[in-house]
Amino acid sequence: MVKPIWIARDPSACSGCRRCELACSMHHEGWMWPEASRIRVFMPFPGLEVPHLCTQCMDYPCVKACPVDALSTDSIYGAVIVDREKCTGCGDCIKACPGSVPFLHPGDNKATICDLCGGEPECVEVCTEAGYDALTIVNEGPNINRKLYSRDPIDVARDLAVKMFGEKGEEVIE
Amino acid sequence: MSSIWIVRDYENCSGCRRCELACSIHHEGWMWPEASRIRVFMPFPGVEVPHLCAQCDDYPCVESCPVDALSVDSGTTAVIVDEEACIGCGACAKACPGTVPHLHPRNRKAVICDLCGGDPECVKVCREAGYNALRLVHEEMNGHRKLFARNPVDVAKDLAVKLFGEKGEEVIA
Amino acid sequence: MTPGGYAGKWLDVDLTKDKIKEVEYSDKVLEQYFGGRGLAAKVLWDKVGEKYPELDPLDPKSPFMVFTGPMTGIYPGSRICVSGKSPVSMGTVGSTAATEFANEIKEAGYDGVTFTGKADKPVYLLITDDGAELRDADHLWGLDGEKTLIKLNKEVTAELTKRKPNVGLWKDPGMIYIGPAGENMVRNAAVIAKICHACGYGGYGSLMGSKNLKAVVAKGRGSLPKVDAPEAAKLLWRRTHQHLIGRTGMRRQGTGYAGYSVGAETSSEPIRNWQEEWHDEKSYGGPMFEHRFWVKKKWADFNCTTNCMKISYIKTGKWKGDITDMPDYELQAYCGTNFGIFDPEANIHLSALADKLGHSGINGPNTAGYAVELHQRGILKDSDFGFKPKWGDPDTFDRIMRMMANREKIGEILAEGTYRAALKIAEMKGLKPEELLKYAVHVKGIEIGAHGTRSDADYTHDISYAASVQGGDHTSVAVDGYNDMSGAVFTDSAVFCNFTYYGVPQSLVFDFAKAITGFPITLHSWRSETGPRIVTLQKAFLMMGGPDLEWEPVKDDDNPPRFYEPLPSGPYKGKTTDKKLVDTKLQAYFETLGWDERGIPTKETLKKLDLGFLEKSMSKLR
Repeated sequence: MVKPIWIARDPSACSGCRRCELACSMHHEGWMWPEASRIRVFMPFPGLEVPHLCTQCMDYPCVKACPVDALSTDSIYGAVIVDREKCTGCGDCIKACPGSVPFLHPGDNKATICDLCGGEPECVEVCTEAGYDALTIVNEGPNINRKLYSRDPIDVARDLAVKMFGEKGEEVIE
Repeated sequence: MSSIWIVRDYENCSGCRRCELACSIHHEGWMWPEASRIRVFMPFPGVEVPHLCAQCDDYPCVESCPVDALSVDSGTTAVIVDEEACIGCGACAKACPGTVPHLHPRNRKAVICDLCGGDPECVKVCREAGYNALRLVHEEMNGHRKLFARNPVDVAKDLAVKLFGEKGEEVIA
Repeated sequence: MTPGGYAGKWLDVDLTKDKIKEVEYSDKVLEQYFGGRGLAAKVLWDKVGEKYPELDPLDPKSPFMVFTGPMTGIYPGSRICVSGKSPVSMGTVGSTAATEFANEIKEAGYDGVTFTGKADKPVYLLITDDGAELRDADHLWGLDGEKTLIKLNKEVTAELTKRKPNVGLWKDPGMIYIGPAGENMVRNAAVIAKICHACGYGGYGSLMGSKNLKAVVAKGRGSLPKVDAPEAAKLLWRRTHQHLIGRTGMRRQGTGYAGYSVGAETSSEPIRNWQEEWHDEKSYGGPMFEHRFWVKKKWADFNCTTNCMKISYIKTGKWKGDITDMPDYELQAYCGTNFGIFDPEANIHLSALADKLGHSGINGPNTAGYAVELHQRGILKDSDFGFKPKWGDPDTFDRIMRMMANREKIGEILAEGTYRAALKIAEMKGLKPEELLKYAVHVKGIEIGAHGTRSDADYTHDISYAASVQGGDHTSVAVDGYNDMSGAVFTDSAVFCNFTYYGVPQSLVFDFAKAITGFPITLHSWRSETGPRIVTLQKAFLMMGGPDLEWEPVKDDDNPPRFYEPLPSGPYKGKTTDKKLVDTKLQAYFETLGWDERGIPTKETLKKLDLGFLEKSMSKLR
């Protein structure tokens, strides 16, 4: 029986190095392409880095929203899989996602969503290698908490800002 | 010369005190926190400070011992206490900028971290638990180490402010 | 076919005419000058040429250049290089800062941007995949650096979202900007990035200010440029990072422990305007910063695992709310020990203030410390300041830095940088220039970085600053004319961080350079050709100088008088810089680089380095 995986994310441990963006895009695109990476690090204020990626919500609102059935889930790890032939770039999956995680590929405008690299996510590997552990694999099955991580990264950053800077934190992101 | 040193990352300290247990099991044969060479001070909950020898480059403790009971291991750079020679006078504790040495609760001899001969037990259990508040590094002897020989309550006062802001100034009297 | 690592074009902006065009250069020039510091120097010559001596750096005609290099964003430690005719040295400096702006501009499809002219109102340039445009910055003019970043982040992200709302969330853009110091053309003002990073040397903040240019912002969605040997590059990328990950000391402390050790161990830290260089103030030890103030300890820049940066934050007391980095060593020294301050909290406040005002945290405080020594010696009076300045008093230096940024009272003169302030004060007080210059710690107008030469125990020695084409710049010191070329001259042109260069085997770095560009680069080719070409061009600019200031060959290729005084305290008490060594090594340096005994490049050298276009100007100097 294959162990389930999920990528646990700890934004306060994120250094902002963005090697996850580089490793992901090298794997999926063949070269360093941060804006085509399925994981993107938002930094609305320096020091507040938030890695933003799919949480594999139990109810997959993105899959349900797709008008042409271009989205499905992989049967082993439950990652969202985009059929790029079918995808029309309508953006409904982005709107349906509570955290607006998917985005349209800067090259071909198709929906781009983390596929968990088929079980061995590249982003986690480089984050572990560098000793940050902002992204770690946990062997947890689908559960209701995952969706709670699907948040607008600016909202996450606002929380981090207060944790780090106290009242000042409320001023550093407009 | 290159040697090992234990980095202390106080904010990572969970307060579990397994370091005290691992150290005393190794040196004393059983769990004895107050005989541990590393002791975790907690002047306020949440503000835990593991307190242990920093292997200062000028070894004021060794210099201060009136009976030459202290020496330095050239391999690990750790301070070694000759228990037979030690008279329990406490001069080393006074000489230490951070008052790290303490007298053994039973035999009243000076107790100082010996780096377990090169493979510190405290580091192992801290890493195992995933805290990494104590980490082993390989570095040359340098003048920074002495800066870590600080009174643990002073360290805690700084940590408290970092954790709690202005409130931090109130939580340790 | 664009060589690997380059986007293949850059932007040229005429701020007076509000015109933007795209520029391409030949592969040959890219290979000869590489990028960043080197390319900017070449482009400056192409724009100004033999008229260089007549050009006032703060005149609208004066070009301001922002360049990446082929390795930027790909090699760890993404950084931008700004340059132009420096208002302080009258030569050029390749002044760099870590910032995501550098990889963003390449992702947008440009290797850099050059500016001439002057906008009639404050503007910022926004660069995206769809091109570039000048946008109104009236509402940003006058804002400190921190507020500028906060507002621009929101404004630009909102604008990009408005233009392309359906592509998903837009990330924050990269940006470089100036604070009030740059706006008010403080001559040694910096260009700031990411709150606490600065292109500090060269005074390019004042160049931007003179053009009403508040910021340059970039957000690209393209990949990083393709490289010549992608599989090799990917492998080298992994290997380089493994080296960096192994650098535990740098990762743990950054340079944030050096505020103590450079004083206590190497006795080369500026204290009270370099009157002393040794201290043993344990209150200033690394742990005193770390335990109370470092709220984020593993903070990295784009594509870097050194994470030497940390965020310091003051949570309590009168400076509550100040955010800066650890501070890095240079600011622990200049905004701390140089002021006679050994209190971490005060240092963090003054560093944060320098960042917010847009001062270079090295150069501005050098001038502030100079002013307080002049007061100490009775040359400046309380009335020049409007209060009584005191060493060791944070409020003194808080006020002086603000006065400099706003050009108030003595700040108006101090805003000219240490060297020119010395000359102006001499005139003002009816004193001979030498009487003021003897306390000024600069080389060719560029205030000296926080590593002294008198103890000889640090990495800086006799000709480190004296022979350098970037004067007091501690990141680009003169060693022997051969090895220098493969240090900062290389990293400032490839554009990536010094710290990701040291600590990685040089062979690996140059293999990576070759895998990226496809150029036949080796350590040797850099040391013997490309590096000397860049530095010789910079030397030519430096010695041409003008319009109101020229450096005297050999006489000004020297350390300041203070560096020949014996150290008054510490383990190296009595030691000083060896003038005889300076004289002999200077000549050897000139000889190695193929310059004459006055340091002017010879005709043969110009020919050999394909710098024949400099011959006419150099023959005027010989």
